[in-house]
Amino acid sequence: MAIDPPIVSIKNLTFSRGNRKIFDDISLDIHRGKITAIMGPSGTGKTTLLKIIGGQLRPDKGSVSVNGQNVHQLSLKNLYQLRKNMGMLFQSGALLTDMDVYNNVAFPLREHTQLNESMIRSLVLMKLEAVGLRGARHLMSSELSGGMARRVALARAIALDPLMIMYDEPFTGQDPISMATLVQLIKTLNVTLKLTSIIVSHDVKETAAIADYIYVLSQGKVVGHGSPEMIEQSGSDWVQQFMNGNANGPVHFHFPANDYADDLFASEDTI
Amino acid sequence: MGNTVKQDTLVGLFVAIGIGALFFMAMKISNISGISDHESYTISAAFENSGGLKVKSPVVVGGVRVGRVVAISLDQKKFQSIVKMKIDAQYNQFPEDTSASIFTAGLLGEQYVSLEPGGMDDLLSDNSIIEITQSALVLEEIIGQFLFKDKNTETTKKE
Amino acid sequence: MIELLTQLGEKTRDSFTKLGRSSFFLMQIMAGTMDVLRRPALLSKQLYSVGVLSFFLISISGLFVGMVLGLQGYYILSNFGADEALGVMVATSLVRELGPVVGALLFAGRAGSALTAEIGLMKATEQLSGMEMMAIDPIKRIITPRFLAGIISLPLLTALFSSIGVLGGHLVGVEMLGVDEGSYWSQMQAALDVYDDILNGIIKSFVFGFVILWIALFEGYDAIPTSEGVSRATTRTVVNSAFAILGLDFILTALMFGDI
Repeated sequence: MAIDPPIVSIKNLTFSRGNRKIFDDISLDIHRGKITAIMGPSGTGKTTLLKIIGGQLRPDKGSVSVNGQNVHQLSLKNLYQLRKNMGMLFQSGALLTDMDVYNNVAFPLREHTQLNESMIRSLVLMKLEAVGLRGARHLMSSELSGGMARRVALARAIALDPLMIMYDEPFTGQDPISMATLVQLIKTLNVTLKLTSIIVSHDVKETAAIADYIYVLSQGKVVGHGSPEMIEQSGSDWVQQFMNGNANGPVHFHFPANDYADDLFASEDTI
Repeated sequence: MGNTVKQDTLVGLFVAIGIGALFFMAMKISNISGISDHESYTISAAFENSGGLKVKSPVVVGGVRVGRVVAISLDQKKFQSIVKMKIDAQYNQFPEDTSASIFTAGLLGEQYVSLEPGGMDDLLSDNSIIEITQSALVLEEIIGQFLFKDKNTETTKKE
Repeated sequence: MIELLTQLGEKTRDSFTKLGRSSFFLMQIMAGTMDVLRRPALLSKQLYSVGVLSFFLISISGLFVGMVLGLQGYYILSNFGADEALGVMVATSLVRELGPVVGALLFAGRAGSALTAEIGLMKATEQLSGMEMMAIDPIKRIITPRFLAGIISLPLLTALFSSIGVLGGHLVGVEMLGVDEGSYWSQMQAALDVYDDILNGIIKSFVFGFVILWIALFEGYDAIPTSEGVSRATTRTVVNSAFAILGLDFILTALMFGDI
């Protein structure tokens, strides 16, 4: 297991936005060829974490290294080189709206390679076939459903054959069928393309089904990590509440507020 | 890809029309084709008073525009106004005793230099100086003279 | 009172921060110029959406402005019996002022606001961020081509505006009101200078184009990525461009034509 050095290694990361600490001294490793899930409730800065790994945001403290290189000490040119090895799947898909599906997938190939049009065509069709949307290549991105847009974005993310792919909330707002499609797709691509996948999600069931390793984040800390089975049997109340989706537990339904009765009887200029 | 070709064509058309408009402005709205600097020669004339003459005012001979004023300066010794003019090189047959006058186009129109060719055999050439000149008519002076004369006649009558 | 002063101080500091950010942004745009010039296809696409799509608005506006100038000018000038000077009046006002200024204001409303909205929405839908993650610099790929296309387009559109305006003045003055055709053109040609009038007008429109594009692209890029943020940014583009155009016009006019 611990033969390869991890592809992503985060050490003592601290990051705050304004006065709010999003990450407080967290460390985690992501191993090659595995599907690692980073889970936690909304607002724990899971997307922020992906942006820090991708070098779009700069941490206050700590270091992030990807493939042996410290992301935040690279020159812009080298950072761009490194990013060619990272694919990222945004929640919205982030497809370019002025192009059709075909050109969206061809876009990174045209920008980064000197391939001729016929080779680009073959590559694009291969990638689209992998996500099952070869037939949809003439649709504009505005004509796609959310699930299809995500699959096109996935085809685009694997166009340059990256080492790893980061999925930002891939399952949110999907109907059960496209959810199942995506789950299977992520699993297959990881095996066939020998990828490393990082999934950021709060969809417990789907994510636990394909993940090899799970980190659970809450309040800027790692509150639990391990294989899905280990997490399910975790002794932590918090992790139990999150994994089983209970309404009651350490996390309350109410946003922190002062006493309800006091608030109701307070004078009307206190809003 | 037909779409791209159509777009490129429209862009080409747009740029062509835009450059066409620039040419239209240079040729038709202003007058770049009129008198260009490298095929002309300069002459000057000293006037007692150049009135409202300005740089770029036209220089005409018999109603035909032959050049333009390029500089107006003051001769500090004689207190005369030295008017430098560029004359189109194709009009190079003016005798040396050509005279220059400043006239006004209409009552309120712009002022211009009119050249009146003389009869000598020698011709004006580059940097020649026209010696026979007639100054601009200044409206106030004329009115002043007129009023003054009027008063004079009145006083003589009384005597 | 102290609260008011604090707010004022914060506002001032914020506007300096914004100015600093936008200057840095401008430098980044400029840095991408050479890369864009090597890929004319990118430029062509933007020339289409910035230039070609503004073509009709500018032409029609130019025609009507010229016609109105012809009409008003004729009534004023004919009082002094100087209606041959109509051409001079129409052309001077168009070439020196109305062409560059009205052209720029229309351009800011038509193309500037569209650019802000486009860039702002690209930011809101994570397209810019997505490009960065694909190792493609969105400033070079998205912003700089639009910037260059705008700077090329506006002077051409202004030339078009002025030319069509002069023709519009001709239509009303000469064809309809009977001003002498020969004096319409010849007095115009005698009075307007290629460098002093035409070139200065073009320089003005070039400066306006630069400023409009800078404002529009920065507002889009800096917009808060929500519907409200983008709509506010679009409004700011139009308002700030208008202020910048009119303010700069005074300064440029004083430098070019005045003796101040």
